[in-house]
Amino acid sequence: MPKGAASNLLFHDSDWNFETLSRTYDAIETIALDELQLDVYPNQLEIISSEQMLDAYSSVGMPLMYQHWSFGKRFVFEEHLYRKGRRGLAYELVINSNPCITYLMEENTMAMQALVTAHASFGHNHFFKNNYLFQQWTDASAILSYMEFAKKYISKCEERYGTSEVEVILDSAHALMDQGVFRYRRPPRLSSEKERERARERLEYEEQTYSDLWRTLPPSPDGESNKDAERDASERKKALNLPEENLLYFLEKTSLILEPWQRELLRIVRVIAQYFYPQRQTKVMNEGCATFVHYTIMNRLFDQGRISEGSMLEVLHSHSNVVFQPSFDDPRFPGINPYALGFAMMQDIQRVCTDPTSEDRDWFPEIAGSGKWRETLIDAWANHRDESFILQYLSPALIRKFRLFLLTDDAGDNYCEVASIHNERGYEAIRTALARSYDVAANQSDIQVVDVDLLGDRHLRLQHNVKNGILLDEASRDATLRHVRHLWGYDVSLAGVDAETDDVLYECSTAPTSE
Amino acid sequence: MPNFIDRRLNPKDKSLGNRRRFLKRAREELKRTIKEQIKAGKIADVDAEHRVPMPERGVGEPSFQPSPTTGERQYVLPGNHEFSPGDRLPKPSARGGASGKGAGTGESEDDFQFVLSRDEVLDLFFEDLELPDMVKLNLKESVAFKRRRAGFAASGSPTNINVGRTMRNSYGRRIALRRPSRADVAAIADEIAKLEAESNTGGAHQKHIEALREELDKLERRRRRIAYVDPVDIRFNRFEPQPLPNASAVMFCLMDVSASMGEREKDLAKRFFVLLHLFLKRRYKRIDIVFIRHTDEAGEVDENTFFYSKQSGGTVVSTAIEEMLRIIEERYPAREWNIYAAQASDGENSAGDSDLCVSLLHRQVMRLCQYYAYVEIIDERETEIFGTTDNGTSLWRAYRTVDSEWSNFQMTRIARPSDIYPVFRKLFARQATVQLRTERR
Repeated sequence: MPKGAASNLLFHDSDWNFETLSRTYDAIETIALDELQLDVYPNQLEIISSEQMLDAYSSVGMPLMYQHWSFGKRFVFEEHLYRKGRRGLAYELVINSNPCITYLMEENTMAMQALVTAHASFGHNHFFKNNYLFQQWTDASAILSYMEFAKKYISKCEERYGTSEVEVILDSAHALMDQGVFRYRRPPRLSSEKERERARERLEYEEQTYSDLWRTLPPSPDGESNKDAERDASERKKALNLPEENLLYFLEKTSLILEPWQRELLRIVRVIAQYFYPQRQTKVMNEGCATFVHYTIMNRLFDQGRISEGSMLEVLHSHSNVVFQPSFDDPRFPGINPYALGFAMMQDIQRVCTDPTSEDRDWFPEIAGSGKWRETLIDAWANHRDESFILQYLSPALIRKFRLFLLTDDAGDNYCEVASIHNERGYEAIRTALARSYDVAANQSDIQVVDVDLLGDRHLRLQHNVKNGILLDEASRDATLRHVRHLWGYDVSLAGVDAETDDVLYECSTAPTSE
Repeated sequence: MPNFIDRRLNPKDKSLGNRRRFLKRAREELKRTIKEQIKAGKIADVDAEHRVPMPERGVGEPSFQPSPTTGERQYVLPGNHEFSPGDRLPKPSARGGASGKGAGTGESEDDFQFVLSRDEVLDLFFEDLELPDMVKLNLKESVAFKRRRAGFAASGSPTNINVGRTMRNSYGRRIALRRPSRADVAAIADEIAKLEAESNTGGAHQKHIEALREELDKLERRRRRIAYVDPVDIRFNRFEPQPLPNASAVMFCLMDVSASMGEREKDLAKRFFVLLHLFLKRRYKRIDIVFIRHTDEAGEVDENTFFYSKQSGGTVVSTAIEEMLRIIEERYPAREWNIYAAQASDGENSAGDSDLCVSLLHRQVMRLCQYYAYVEIIDERETEIFGTTDNGTSLWRAYRTVDSEWSNFQMTRIARPSDIYPVFRKLFARQATVQLRTERR
């Protein structure tokens, strides 16, 4: 398509075709790689229709997913909202994979396609490739083939063992999905072969060093039996690697009643949960990074005269919709908008680097006035998650701009108290509290496997470490506990223990007699 | 360079399987909801999509969730206008917390409705209803046959030869009779050729060649005698004609439109007919409807006229039955059609005609019909009086005798829209034992 000699525009009207898409992509790529110095996976852009977008939504955004009724439930829910016009579809969906897959909706105008390309194929893509959480915890190049394996495996299980058999296991596993991630230690990466090899070696060693003498030691006198029991307990805990925060992992490895295929199902659910865990911890940064990138790139394209004023207005219109932050008393208030907060913080970093006030120099001595906003941002994107990012970079200027205030809420009182507002005395407190609210691990209920006697009654004991007196919702707690019991096969009990005082706040069990 | 892939042509409805699983799980609850909706008087809408609320039971996805009514929390909120530290705000409601997070994101999934397609609705709606006598009618009514594979035969037409079977038999026979293979023959021929090529012409050598020639000759004769494929090997695919159940039905709607039938009565009758029509539509590939209205004379009319136009005159029910018989004879021979009839009336009939109706039914109609339903529409006040007794209008009393004799005749009374569905279910409920019509000759 010959371009007008006078016009340098990438596209003229709102219709798109593959030629304009590709031309625009190249222009965006040049800016992203050369000017912003982004580092991305190769891109794959896929055009899909709105129905396909709805499909993708309901299967947690994966292009390949096994079948389960809960996705059908989500689907009718999303479809309903969409048909009623209560919720628009996302313009784009991006998958943390290598190559990075971006879905573009066919209904988008060309200006929107450009925006989405910049947002997802470069913003999100850069973040996926460089952020330490994604690097350490997910394997972008393997996820698609893993999902393919999972899908095939589960449908094979359904053929062999029946749909309902598979369904009950998946139901129980889904209930524990939040408790199915490793938060603090990296997931063990040993392949099953290596593991078997190691077990064999250990067994050999034990056989070689076996001495019958030790077995015939006289039983200890009564006084020490208590101590013995304690030692036994601590020994078996050590053998099972307890306490264990990843319930699905524990059940998969230790449950005595599961068939091998059932363990594999647990593993699949657990792997998916783990794959999404970094995304939940970096919502603000991820969206902020993508929004900042698309905003910078689109403005740059406009400055170069490569997109028209009309298209730019359209881009700005949807950009401002995305970063709109209603205040707390607005009926539309949904919580703090991660796009708005992330974008504002990154723009703020740019401002602090290039045009700092004296206040900024006090708060951010390392970066204020350095002029190196690109380097600062790229470093932040690589080495932070939401919690640490906010703790590090939320500036007083931004707190004032958002007019943030801190509210404390004690369930016992019938009022909420304003603890801090956006003034000199409140900045620190607000920043800390906001950062903490993005700490996923701290906000999820901390439930761990603490003890089980595999040789005795096999009663599985869970412990909920209660923080700030926040207990569990009882109905869903009991229902979930039944799911644990289903996977464990023997009775399960849960004790709520105050994290600070070690007081037992509540106890519940699936055993019929105990309550 | 990016890799562009156009996925728009990929198959849609990837979620269909998931949706089906979800509906299956929620089946009981959805069924109840649909029934209630239909009872509430929207029968004309049955044949459409339905909105149903999210079922509550069976589709919960529990997980460990923090309870909103306990503990201390901190919220950071944007948009402070006038607060200073220490201000106290009353909590908005019992839901605890000043709408921190989650207020908007969790958009309760309970109070939304989703749409079931027409087919899904009908499936739920007509579950465990069955057409009486439908399949059990004798097979002579079937007019179509379909050829179905039925094993193998030793005779048949050459087009039906089953090559696999035939060759298997041939192979087995060849092994059993030790038919020399081509390779055996070729081996001996080769050896002869080799020996002949040698210049050695000793007596023993010649003898050896002779012996080999003889052997070769024997083999070849044997090969000729034992056929490669013998007629006894040949097998043919066998087909059996299988009768196909009759797949077309006609439904006669008979209604009294004399002055005594008001709007209410007609509306109730219409609902009943609509249900019956829908139900038959689920079961038959092809279904015709014939509308016959009558006063003191009967006529076939189109649907609109049937339900909406007014006519006055006396009431002679037998005219409608006669008209129906005429139409059956003319267009719907009972051998080829499954015939269903539904009659709606307020039960009034001119004196003496009821007996004529009964004799028509006895002598002709009931033999032809798959099923005959009589629905009497009565006043709401009359339900208490007539609800369960055998007393009633002249037509009702006359029809009692038919009811007692023919199992494919059903009669019932309707006073309210809400009666229709239960009555319908009663009429078509799956019966444990169904008597064959043909036994009653």
